Amino acid sequence: MDCLCRKISEEKERWVKTTLNKAKCDRRTDENGEDIKVLYTPDDICAIDYLSAIGFPGEYPYTRGVHASMYRGQPWTIRQYSGFATPEETNQRYKYLLKQGQTGLSVAFDLPTQIGYDSDDPMSEGEVGKVGVSVDSLEDMEIIFRDIPLDRMSTSMTINAPAAVLLAMYIAIAKKQGIPSTKLRGTIQNDILKEYTVRGTYIFPPRPSIRLITDIFAFCKDHVPQWNTINVAGYHMREAGCTAVQEIAFSFSNAIAYIEAGIKAGLAVDSFAPRISWIFNTGSRIFEEVAKYRAARRVWAELLKNRFGAKDQRSWMLRYHTQTSGVSLAAQQPENNIVRVAYQALAAVLSGPQSLAACSYDEALALPTEKSVRMSLRTQQIIAHETGVTDTVDPLAGSYYVEYLTNEMAVKINKEIAKIDEMGGAVDAIEKGYIQKEIEERAYIIQKEIDEKKRIVVGVNEYLVDEKVDQALFRVDKKVARQQAAKLKKLKKNRDGQKVQLALEAIRRAAEGNDNMMPLLIEAVNAYATLGEICNTMKCVFGEYRASGWSGR
Amino acid sequence: MTSEKKIRVLAAKPGLDGHDRGVKVICRALRDAGMEVIYTGLRQTPQQIVKTAVEEDVDVIALSILSGAHNELLPKVAGLLKEQQAEQISLLAGGIIPDSDIPYLKKKGIKEVFGPGTSMNTVIDYIKNYCAR
Repeated sequence: MDCLCRKISEEKERWVKTTLNKAKCDRRTDENGEDIKVLYTPDDICAIDYLSAIGFPGEYPYTRGVHASMYRGQPWTIRQYSGFATPEETNQRYKYLLKQGQTGLSVAFDLPTQIGYDSDDPMSEGEVGKVGVSVDSLEDMEIIFRDIPLDRMSTSMTINAPAAVLLAMYIAIAKKQGIPSTKLRGTIQNDILKEYTVRGTYIFPPRPSIRLITDIFAFCKDHVPQWNTINVAGYHMREAGCTAVQEIAFSFSNAIAYIEAGIKAGLAVDSFAPRISWIFNTGSRIFEEVAKYRAARRVWAELLKNRFGAKDQRSWMLRYHTQTSGVSLAAQQPENNIVRVAYQALAAVLSGPQSLAACSYDEALALPTEKSVRMSLRTQQIIAHETGVTDTVDPLAGSYYVEYLTNEMAVKINKEIAKIDEMGGAVDAIEKGYIQKEIEERAYIIQKEIDEKKRIVVGVNEYLVDEKVDQALFRVDKKVARQQAAKLKKLKKNRDGQKVQLALEAIRRAAEGNDNMMPLLIEAVNAYATLGEICNTMKCVFGEYRASGWSGR
Repeated sequence: MTSEKKIRVLAAKPGLDGHDRGVKVICRALRDAGMEVIYTGLRQTPQQIVKTAVEEDVDVIALSILSGAHNELLPKVAGLLKEQQAEQISLLAGGIIPDSDIPYLKKKGIKEVFGPGTSMNTVIDYIKNYCAR
């Protein structure tokens, strides 16, 4: 500790005794139950070396941001998560959003699509077109992106277990638009490990699922070099209950498993690591959120450089999309959610994301309406144009509190990653149920705190009003399932059945062997094999993952 | 409550919905309140749910659904219970279910719907009262 810091420290002791102790001051704790100091001063951060731990934006370790000029050079991508019902309706919504100034697309698929069932499968009953758009074959993707030039679009697709198939479809429709795959920009989520723990849209067991991921890494580095091959997600684990530190540590551990698999498959780390992107969750606790992202950028850069020996600077950069917290939204007095989303979106922008989605205020009730989605879009535009927070890079840096928190979080994230390493890595930790248990435990504690009013949620357990929520809700028409089923019937009648069979047979053989699956998937989707047919073919070889329930006494 | 018969609850996730934060919290709360809880895990068809409920001789089925498929799947569970002459089992639902759908679901045999923001005690008390009748 240098001279000045020691002096400040001594003075602070005096201040505590003579001044603070006379004041009323309650106890505050963070998510981990640890005390938050009433005041942070220079001596709290004097041990942090600015040049090595914080540095400059656009340079290692990227604590202050991955780009030198951040939003002075390029605004973040405004990317609202959207998709519902039929491909036709989704196409309309996308055109509307683009016209309203949205700058990238984010495709929400319905659950049958996410789990590899066709719309006419009995398992799809009641779910077709509900939480996203229904895709049964290439035909549907052609409609979703009709009149949207893919060479000028950045498209994110929230798809995991069948990510390779949907990517194959995207490449195929681009070709039909006359656009080579090398020009495509966008992301597939493709992060299977968190599906086993919190999100639930798995199909195959972990091992073959990870093989599909490394096939995508290998194929894209040569053929779709601008595509983000994976979007590792902390978001859903945080939604399910984990802390900010765990959100980063658990998702980093999953990413470590993918990187190790890529290296094991013979890929050089720098050939695929630059295309790893992220999705995280931004809640309402502004300073902790900003510190979380600053710490995450630093930890990731150090991890890639030191642990994996990555030399390409792009491998070190944590580029992320963030969405505001869905679980924080209340069904009671839903207008309050507009305020929650605005604070969360502000926290997000203060942290330096590359892309942002703001939730809509009616999401605790149903899928958002066109009006509520526009409100979220406007929330982002107001932050971008009216608040001035984008005028300088990483504006909260230098705050004693934020720098202290950033450093603390980095230490805690590394500690948690080391714990998972000791268990044998993410796959083993998941198989042992460690991650799931940690998340469930936290969710229960939070609910208890809410029930006991130790945690106030405005409008839910305090400041109640007796009102009937009179909200125009968005509804998916029941006829969507019938329309999709009819379309499938027609498709199967009109396509070249023999070509489909040959393509599926080729997929089966590739699944049994080691050849890269991507070219064969592209061939199959071009022959209009359905998503269900392709996934069933792979299931025959890979098997199906079944999560067990439990019975507790 | 060692001498009393414990209340038995089947917690289930019908359909393809993967959101299980709420159902797991409820499972834990009901267990802490002294009930025996069986959780099915994800992706259960109405047939599977009713079969498990009958085999396990439960008093209550707690269905959690956030995917919007409630109007299709929940009445199916109720219909199958009726077919199995197991209507004594109380059918409860929780999740993202708009208020305007509740009358329809109740008409179809869902006894109660608990929306977002419901306290754990509300659910515990409801089940205890139901089983005490």
